[in-house]
Amino acid sequence: MSGALLEVTGLTKHFPVTRGIIIRQKVGAVQAVDDVSFSVDPGQTLGVVGESGCGKTTTGRLLTRLLEPTGGQIVFDGHDISHLSAGQMRPLRRDIQMIFQDPYSSLNPRHTVGSIVGAPLRLQKVSTPNGIKAAVQELLELVGLSPEHYNRYPHEFSGGQRQRIGIARTLALRPKLIVADEPVSALDVSIQAQIVNLLEDLQGELGLTYVVIAHDLSVVRHIADLVAVMYLGKIVELAPRDELYARPRHPYTVALMSAVPVPAPVRGEEGRQRRERIRLAGDVPSPLNPPPACRFHTRCWKAQEICRTTEPPLADLDPGHQVACHFPENSAPDDRAPGDGAAEASPATAANSADPE
Amino acid sequence: MAEVLLDVRDLRVHFPTDDGLVRAVDGVSFTLERGRTLGIVGESGSGKSVTSLGIMGLHQGTRAQISGHIKLDGEELVGAPAARVRELRGSKMSMIFQDPLSSLHPYYTVGAQIAEAYLVHNKVSRQVARKHAVDMLGRVGIPTPATRVDDYPHQFSGGMRQRAMIAMALSCDPELLIADEPTTALDVTVQAQILDLIWDLQREYQSAVIIITHDLGVVAELSDDILVMYAGRMAEYGSAEDIFDSPGHPYTWGLLGSMPRLDEARLDRLIPIKGTPPSLINVPSGCPFHPRCQYAAETGGLSQTEVPEMRPVAPGHLVACHLTNDQRRAARSSAAHLEDA
Repeated sequence: MSGALLEVTGLTKHFPVTRGIIIRQKVGAVQAVDDVSFSVDPGQTLGVVGESGCGKTTTGRLLTRLLEPTGGQIVFDGHDISHLSAGQMRPLRRDIQMIFQDPYSSLNPRHTVGSIVGAPLRLQKVSTPNGIKAAVQELLELVGLSPEHYNRYPHEFSGGQRQRIGIARTLALRPKLIVADEPVSALDVSIQAQIVNLLEDLQGELGLTYVVIAHDLSVVRHIADLVAVMYLGKIVELAPRDELYARPRHPYTVALMSAVPVPAPVRGEEGRQRRERIRLAGDVPSPLNPPPACRFHTRCWKAQEICRTTEPPLADLDPGHQVACHFPENSAPDDRAPGDGAAEASPATAANSADPE
Repeated sequence: MAEVLLDVRDLRVHFPTDDGLVRAVDGVSFTLERGRTLGIVGESGSGKSVTSLGIMGLHQGTRAQISGHIKLDGEELVGAPAARVRELRGSKMSMIFQDPLSSLHPYYTVGAQIAEAYLVHNKVSRQVARKHAVDMLGRVGIPTPATRVDDYPHQFSGGMRQRAMIAMALSCDPELLIADEPTTALDVTVQAQILDLIWDLQREYQSAVIIITHDLGVVAELSDDILVMYAGRMAEYGSAEDIFDSPGHPYTWGLLGSMPRLDEARLDRLIPIKGTPPSLINVPSGCPFHPRCQYAAETGGLSQTEVPEMRPVAPGHLVACHLTNDQRRAARSSAAHLEDA
């Protein structure tokens, strides 16, 4: 897409693992992000979901260039920012901002709210017609805080209010792209909804583009237009939101969705049976030594020989719906992948018979 | 009706601080029968963890002021000698903590930590205790328990550590098991495994379980009965069906409304509860929820002045709210109407 605000191709980040103090030897690499490609249009929200260790946070840090990619390309608004130096990045920082997960550690406790929210304005030497204070107070109002909070310190605020302060700071420079790394996971449910609504309102008002990184599938469903599901450093499925949630194609996405507990009572033994879901065995393997070929094959109930030998490419199964799997789920009868017949076993029964670990 | 194992009456846990008295738990009562599961739900600061630590006797020696009654199998625990509570803790009642990494000692092997709990409460040799630890690890689904028993916690993954914690909690066959946010630190796929495990083990051991969480999905998965707490007080108590199908407290409505759900159609906007939870030093007068409640005006000022009692709205379903049943029904149907629109 030519109109994309952010275009990422083959993005890769390996963290070297070294041994020895005097003579450092590279003994391996944590493949945190491996060959990830996507693009986000202006005004759109991309949701990135996955479990811990899947590389979603590293992806966010690469996009904001807090980390330098090992390979691949990040094109933002027509500029290739993949290997810019800190100095070259500085003017672009105005356009790319980040919201952090933990509102307790991301605000300096010794600074007042005014100085925290005004910092980006001072650092970027933005001219504010009525002075920085007026600009900051305007921002505080924009995120639903009172302008009188200007001289207070972060400890005087609750978690939700602190997150609002963080958002005000993010908005100070009127960025085009905001990368939000787990923006609501540290908040209580009732506050979570307030912040999600605030993010949506701001997007409408200011025409923002978001990349929202989260582990909570229901939050992502609420906020994102386009969803990327990551597993061990790779995107396994990328699709428009409604399409993904209505018809998940990758077995991992299916399992992830069925693992989310539903807030409705389980009625007796039959209810339990009815809610029987796909249970993935074991934990996510180490990204230091990911399984060969399809990285999900060690936990997948559909895995066959080909999954252990050939890596499935992230391919368009339906227009705009990309899946990296040899045996995708929810196939319409006519576009069934070859060899799918052998993997007919119902996912629930197959997974239930597997050992828990 | 099964036999009542735990009877908590008017439990209050207060902490005197320099800023004032923190009323962390203020008048909580419930009973729990053998083989049943009670879910305690609430946001941070609602007093759910303080309640559970109070039952376990883990406030003793701190500055907490505890009053009320906690009867475990007929035995009063409030004011009981520390030595007696210590005897019960780990054997008759035990607890699974939230963060398995910080609750396991990094210097001791997992097996040694499980065996320790067993040795303290049983007169057995170290060999027998170790054997028991291997058995327990196998029970909770750790593969090759005979070799993993000598591993250190850092060699276990998050899910396995929580399994080890569960093995430790169950090692003396407790009659009461308290799980405080047992899956909050875990990924969803691992969370599903652990919830299944707790469910299966409860069937096997027939113990009474209290599960404490902020996640309504998790309570729905395991609980027979649910207690909703707000600002240290009880807001609503009822069976899981009562709470999810016909919730009676505006706070419960708010909680259910503010959750994005995967099992229902996507709403364009979430319906948050306005405001923030109150400080426990300065709990609002009357109903603690009234500053955030959109129906508070309908009670004719009662919400502001009078603390609502837990009143039955249906058999076994108690709600601490001044709204009359008619007002509640009207509020619910208009809310449902809003959601449809």
